[in-house]
Amino acid sequence: MTDLTRLSAADLASQLSTGEISSVEATRAHLERIADVDGDVHAFLHVSDHALDVAADIDRRRAAGEHLGELAGVPLAIKDVLVTTDMPSTSGSKILEGFLSPYDATVVARARAAGLVPLGKTNMDEFAMGSSTEHSAYGPTHNPWDLDRIPGGSGGGSAAAVAAFEAPIALGSDTGGSIRQPAHVTGTVGMKPTYGGVSRFGAIALASSLDQVGPVSRTVLDSALLHDVIGGHDPHDATSLTDAWPSFAAAAREGASGEVLKGLRVGVIKELPDSGFQAGVSASFRGALALLEAQGAEIVEISAPHFEYGVAAYYLILPAEASSNLAKFDSVRFGLRVDVPGGTVEDVMAATRDAGFGDEVKRRIILGTYALSAGYYDAYYGSAQKVRTLIQRDFDAAFAQVDVIATPSAPTTAFKLGEKIDDPLQMYLNDVTTIPVNLAGVPGISIPSGLAEEDGLPVGIQFIAPAREDARLYRVGAAAEALLVDSWGGPLLDRAPLLGGNR
Amino acid sequence: MAKAALMDFDEALKLYEPVLGFEVHVELNTETKMFSPAGNPAHASNHDAAPNTLVAPVDMGLPGSLPVVNETAVRFSISLGLALGCQIAPSSRFARKNYFYPDLGKNYQISQYDEPIAFEGQVQVELTDGTVFDVPIERAHMEEDAGKLTHVGGATGRIQGAEYSLVDYNRAGVPLVEIVTKPIFGAEDRAPELAAAYVRAIRDIVLSLGISEARMERGNLRCDANVSLRPRGQEKLGTRTETKNVNSMRSVERAVRHEIQRQAAILAAGGTITQETRHWHEDTGTTSPGRPKSDADDYRYFPEPDLLPVAPSRELIEGLRAELPEPPTARRRRLKAEWGFADIDFQGIVNAGLLTEVDATVAAGASPTAARKWWMSEISRLANAEGVEPSSLVEPASIAALQKLVDDGTLTDKLARQVLEGVIAGEGTPQEVVDARGLAVVSDDGALIAAIDEALVAQSDVLAKIRDGKVQAAGAVIGAVMKAMKGQADAARVRELVLERAAAL
Amino acid sequence: MSEITPELVRHLGVLARIQLDDDEVERLTGQLSVIVDNIAKVSEVATPDVPATSHPIPLENVFRPDVVGQMLTVEQVLQNAPDAADNRFRVTAILGEEQ
Ligand SMILES: [Mg+2]
Ligand SMILES: [Zn+2]
Repeated sequence: MTDLTRLSAADLASQLSTGEISSVEATRAHLERIADVDGDVHAFLHVSDHALDVAADIDRRRAAGEHLGELAGVPLAIKDVLVTTDMPSTSGSKILEGFLSPYDATVVARARAAGLVPLGKTNMDEFAMGSSTEHSAYGPTHNPWDLDRIPGGSGGGSAAAVAAFEAPIALGSDTGGSIRQPAHVTGTVGMKPTYGGVSRFGAIALASSLDQVGPVSRTVLDSALLHDVIGGHDPHDATSLTDAWPSFAAAAREGASGEVLKGLRVGVIKELPDSGFQAGVSASFRGALALLEAQGAEIVEISAPHFEYGVAAYYLILPAEASSNLAKFDSVRFGLRVDVPGGTVEDVMAATRDAGFGDEVKRRIILGTYALSAGYYDAYYGSAQKVRTLIQRDFDAAFAQVDVIATPSAPTTAFKLGEKIDDPLQMYLNDVTTIPVNLAGVPGISIPSGLAEEDGLPVGIQFIAPAREDARLYRVGAAAEALLVDSWGGPLLDRAPLLGGNR
Repeated sequence: MAKAALMDFDEALKLYEPVLGFEVHVELNTETKMFSPAGNPAHASNHDAAPNTLVAPVDMGLPGSLPVVNETAVRFSISLGLALGCQIAPSSRFARKNYFYPDLGKNYQISQYDEPIAFEGQVQVELTDGTVFDVPIERAHMEEDAGKLTHVGGATGRIQGAEYSLVDYNRAGVPLVEIVTKPIFGAEDRAPELAAAYVRAIRDIVLSLGISEARMERGNLRCDANVSLRPRGQEKLGTRTETKNVNSMRSVERAVRHEIQRQAAILAAGGTITQETRHWHEDTGTTSPGRPKSDADDYRYFPEPDLLPVAPSRELIEGLRAELPEPPTARRRRLKAEWGFADIDFQGIVNAGLLTEVDATVAAGASPTAARKWWMSEISRLANAEGVEPSSLVEPASIAALQKLVDDGTLTDKLARQVLEGVIAGEGTPQEVVDARGLAVVSDDGALIAAIDEALVAQSDVLAKIRDGKVQAAGAVIGAVMKAMKGQADAARVRELVLERAAAL
Repeated sequence: MSEITPELVRHLGVLARIQLDDDEVERLTGQLSVIVDNIAKVSEVATPDVPATSHPIPLENVFRPDVVGQMLTVEQVLQNAPDAADNRFRVTAILGEEQ
């Protein structure tokens, strides 16, 4: 019998629909895989104790002839930033240990309604602040390609879970690269939708004007299928777009034929020279571009002069918004409370927040408080919001010339756990190519482009499209994926080391 | 706490010019909250809600929750802005005001900062003698209310000395409009009176728009009064204090008077005024210092990223403008002319807050004089005895119907008062009360004559006096007849008949 | 151009309600100085003619009809409460004695 954990969500779905396999079988296979490997990987903070019941219910409904969604019965991992009624939601923080939400995030509710089977909650940097998942209060996640290395962040848990075949697909969130950068370092696919394309209701907010929920998977089609389930207008989120979205799965299937590459104008940013990247990263990037070009794509050099201000603007806007969003964790209504004998509620709040937040979170809250405080607002937060306008203008100018922009997804391959943890500034530079996408609200996808020669670790290529053109990314991403997988003779993840005791 | 020294009010006015400013918070009576679909405790249907039963995720700042703006609250705010004579911003936006307090579920208040929905207005405020004073409005902005803290333990149930506090988030997120005046100059010795009149004017406007219950005792309308003094002849404004928690019009008046006297005493003694918030104490009629303004008041405002700009179209604004009720001051002028009352009588109605009731009663068919009499005497007396608002006792239409029964002779004034009691007791319409209680005037002369003859026979001495021309002696007989008729006779008619029968017998 | 001092960091801790000990204040002072030096460059290009973008996709007038919708039960409201009494959240005294 085939190992069900090696199947894509699309393949699982088709076997479920024909009755070749049951959801209970698919779910059990993944739960067993988690039991086998998650002790090493630590992708999950919580594994559902009723996933098999949910799966059995889907099987029953299918047997009864109920019309189910395409992904019904397929297991799903959920980043712990998303609130769930049946599992704790901690956002990787001690301050929310054991927190049970009385409501489901919209994306979770939609996944449940579509018959997806939640397997558990995945690890992440505390409150999604980080690029390595080392800032989780519950210990780091390990990269399945090399357990001594980081799986990226903040959504290292979701990326590692799909890379380690613990789940076929997962939900992530991306504020400055937290879906795409983990995809890059784990050889997986991650999509940051257009801002407003997917509801943020129930996503524990980091930076409200940057956060987007999106899919994490091993194939472009799987991300598209999941995006179809979770996307679309949600009246609970005022920033949610009311657009009628096309089927992203149809776009991905269409793209896989490769036709889309003929005459596709692919922009490459002059201000991101190869010298800014690890040699194996830029080599992989150039190799992928050459493959696209061979299929008829036109590579166009474009200029984005303000991208160099992106990281600075991001590290003002994010901490500012986060300092406000995280004020709700104060010991009054939920979460940790540290008692202060004889203290006032103010003392209790301050002690709780000192004990409950990790160093990176405190660092950013203090930085954000500074950026917003009287006398500094204009120079810092106000200026950062202007940089945002300039970066949007760069994108507008670029998209007048090209259909998509391509960049390496991150400057380096997975670094060693602990290597950068004491150097926040170095850590912040991991997101240099992903941050402008969030600042402008446009969509971006990262797909594997190959392995870096010098360390044999995965590298991702990021494609960026204009706002609302998410379908274009699935089309182009699927075309590039087909081309690359073909050139490798099989999926990149087939080359990852095997994990787990019984292998 | 040492009792503050006070300067005589007139003395203070000689030395200093009072400059006022007000921040009035109005709770809107929408069905739901400003940013959540939870029921609004400031709406009549939710007055008796138990603690924490009107809460949606965003009201208690649950992780992942998001605000969405209530469309009706925006419309109400625009209408209020227009009624305050303000310009409506073509685009305004929400901002976060960041500070930690347990009644604030998110530890920031969603408010408006540099782009309020309404700005630059003017309110005509009528003083008790009818003088009209223009109060300049700086802005009116939308925001949300906080939850309610109950302090337990300690001696007084106040925040000071409490052992612990309980938090109820029902009120968190109630839609508020905060109306901020510009500095108000020139009120002089009428500053305390103006303060009360200003709050009354806001209340009238809000009530005429129907956008709030505007009950100060319930906190639907809350006033913070800013007072500063500047020495005569000086240009620079003095340091101001902001007195909070003033929850009746009378208290606003008293608080302003007290602050003028207190600040004058300090300044005259060479002291300086501390810029601070002060608390009003109803029992002692004094203010005490709250928290001084400090660095901790750095609210770190920034545009609320979870919400979009509010950009009302010209059509919406003009549509709402067209629906505005007549401004209260214009209305008063019109009604005074229409009714033809003497100044003092008209102002009495205004000061009693019964203009709307009298107007509605007149509209329902009563004469202005009768309508005024009902509301200002009998209904006010009954309301006073029960400690409620006159308007809560009876509908104006019922009063008009009642007066109609008096006018057509069905009821005497005295009977009408009994009928009113029946109506208030819930026994039905005036006609129904008349029927049920059998209170109508006996208009059948036959019945009256029988009773009169009986009384004249019984009091033959009186009969003799009447026949002797001592007509005033008839009173005793009339009284007996009225008693026999249980008061349900027209005394004038009885008198006529008594004189007739005395002659005839 | 960094003006990050231990006093400022301590003050920011008060504003942010995080009780920072001396070690944390010292560490944060150093780290924030480096970070602020690197992010201050945003002001180089943020000229007065450039409008600020607070929201990536411009929308306006997003409203909700004034209709009562889903509310939490009292049990749900209090389900994660660290302390509660009388169906309300309980917190220790709000102000110190001297106020
Ligand atoms: Mg105020
Ligand atoms: Zn206010």
